[in-house]
Amino acid sequence: MAKQDLMLLESDERIDAAATRLSMTRREFLQFCAVLATTLGLPQGADAAIAEAVATKKRPSVIWLHFQECTGCTESLLRAEHPTLEKLILDVISLDYHETLFAAAGHQIEAARLQAMSDNKGKYILVIEGAIPTKDGGIYCKIGGKTAIELTKECAADAAAVIAIGSCASWGGMPSTDPNPTGASSVSQVLGKPVVTIPGCPPNPYNFLSSVVHLLTFGALPAVDHLGRPKFAYSRLVHENCERRAHFDAGRFALEFGDDAHRQGFCLYKLGCKGPETYANCPTIQFGDMGAGTWPVGCGHPCIGCTEQGIAFQKPIHSLAKMKNIQPGVFLPGIVEQKGVGVTLGAAAVLAAVAGVAAGAGVKLAKNLGLSHEAEELERAKKAGKTSSESAEV
Amino acid sequence: MLSRRNFLKGCLAGSGAAAAALVPAPASARGNLERPPEALGLLYDATLCVGCQACVAACKEANKNPAEFRAMDHLWDTPLDTTGHTFNVIKVYTNGTGATKDVETDGFAFMKTSCLHCADPSCVSACPVSAMRKDPVTGIVSYDADACFGCRYCVAACAFGIPKFQYDSPTGRIGKCELCRHRHKDGHYSACAEVCPTGATLFGRTTDLLAEARRRLALKPGETTLIPRGRLPYGDVEAEKANTWRREPDQRYEARVGNYLQHVYGEHEYGGTQVLKLSAVNFEKVGMPDLPPRSSASISETIQHTLYRGMIMPVAVLGALTWVAKRNVAPDDDKAKGDQP
Repeated sequence: MAKQDLMLLESDERIDAAATRLSMTRREFLQFCAVLATTLGLPQGADAAIAEAVATKKRPSVIWLHFQECTGCTESLLRAEHPTLEKLILDVISLDYHETLFAAAGHQIEAARLQAMSDNKGKYILVIEGAIPTKDGGIYCKIGGKTAIELTKECAADAAAVIAIGSCASWGGMPSTDPNPTGASSVSQVLGKPVVTIPGCPPNPYNFLSSVVHLLTFGALPAVDHLGRPKFAYSRLVHENCERRAHFDAGRFALEFGDDAHRQGFCLYKLGCKGPETYANCPTIQFGDMGAGTWPVGCGHPCIGCTEQGIAFQKPIHSLAKMKNIQPGVFLPGIVEQKGVGVTLGAAAVLAAVAGVAAGAGVKLAKNLGLSHEAEELERAKKAGKTSSESAEV
Repeated sequence: MLSRRNFLKGCLAGSGAAAAALVPAPASARGNLERPPEALGLLYDATLCVGCQACVAACKEANKNPAEFRAMDHLWDTPLDTTGHTFNVIKVYTNGTGATKDVETDGFAFMKTSCLHCADPSCVSACPVSAMRKDPVTGIVSYDADACFGCRYCVAACAFGIPKFQYDSPTGRIGKCELCRHRHKDGHYSACAEVCPTGATLFGRTTDLLAEARRRLALKPGETTLIPRGRLPYGDVEAEKANTWRREPDQRYEARVGNYLQHVYGEHEYGGTQVLKLSAVNFEKVGMPDLPPRSSASISETIQHTLYRGMIMPVAVLGALTWVAKRNVAPDDDKAKGDQP
């Protein structure tokens, strides 16, 4: 059972040994494991489980195939800094075959691949970088005399897990752009079954690494969506967590590169930012370990939607994105909003009483109309009578 | 010798004849007033609106209006409707599950609520002191707080319920959209259109906007078309010539044509308005009343001006009242004569 508390690993020699092996201090090693756990969105305690797993479990064998690609995925992985990944791919995982990184060449390395496959049968991880050409029998990409299709099928047969890294392997990527002369296809299309995909051009190395460590720690790959993308990384639109989102909501947009609004860091939506239709965790974990703001939108360039099929390399970079998450906000008023609570019994009673008094007063007033005139007349007549009698007396 | 009674009778008959002489042949009915040729307005296209409320925020800022809250936490400006301090609101129509945008059943749709700047505004017609005026050039229905004496006839007169009184203040004013006319001198136009990210709210001359609306209605739903954002004419084109609005890049973008109802709201309604609206959902459902093409200002002014022309109605009413009074009151002197034969 994996430890669920870092305190339990307090004086664990295995942790110290692993840290030494990775040329890190113990503190750095535990921090690295915590970063992975956080990237995966795992609960408290997972950092300890990951630390223990990385320190004690046998390093998983990884076979890494390159097909139609630019090696950008590998390059981005090499530039991860927490820890330096050249340590990681040699010490956390056992990278048994990687065309960019191995020292050997020719038949020697093909033999190494076959050796690793037979030694770790059913246990190794197959990582595929690059699209697979399928037109004309797949002759447009051959390694050691074998086509990419053959290599993929051969290596995938006994793999514990297949991970397609980068947009090319995930959905065809740039090589599959129209007119797609080589029939570039994704790994899942060639294998005819869904695989875990880490799309991006290049993908964030931590999304790949976290998936591998998840497998190492929990014995299974992380939960994925309908496109095989790990949910911890690809479940939210870039737009939803974007650091410039407040500018979008307030209607502050850059209209041209270098204009005042652009210099002030306003929203890049009108410059064609594909954040509103692209699922990726770039705004939350950013890119390249260079500190705050180091991701395309943070640097002032609109997102090009590199993780999304049908957007990257297809939609023009500066054409407007189609909003994917249009939902009426909870605070939007309805067309007709009920205001007030209608008439209460008390209010009706008070009003009725006032109306009654007014009506009564009106009736009384009408009755008395003319009475004063009559009384005046009477008074005058009385006075007149009095004066006449007085004068008679005189 | 002319008796007092006969003198009064003569006066009455004389004034009646004079009044009759003043009445011109049949009193002519007043028709709808037309929009001025350079009338400015907005085009709101509900199918393009994404409900971001950038226009609501920008309107508040441009008009220096305070936020209004209806939630306990007082975090976000959340007005229920236009008020004395809120001149523009995006409202939402929802039905059933509310799943699909711009669908009447089990869908939702947005609608902008702000002054439509009628060609023949009821508020201007109803205002007794010319605090509400319609600009003869731009057609903007404006409010002058210094002239206003607070009768709120405009509030009652408007068919769209737009002018609102600031009941929270002892010296309240009327609050309503004036198309940001106070910003025009700096080359800025209506803030709502300036900030709209999708061109759902577009500013321009109503004639241009109407042409743009007709162009959109003529397209097939689902096609792509270039939609201008900000103002018409878009971009730098004509900016030099017009020399009015500040420089702005061409913001047109490719968008899908919405499933429009073949109706430009405000083209004919109520004598025509300068703010026009397009929608995919029935206009009455999204809160735009079904109004006849005749403005109520023209109807009420026809009635009033007919009745009061040449003072006919006051004189006629006074005559009738005098007659009734004369008939029912027995004069004291007559009574006295009768009593003393």
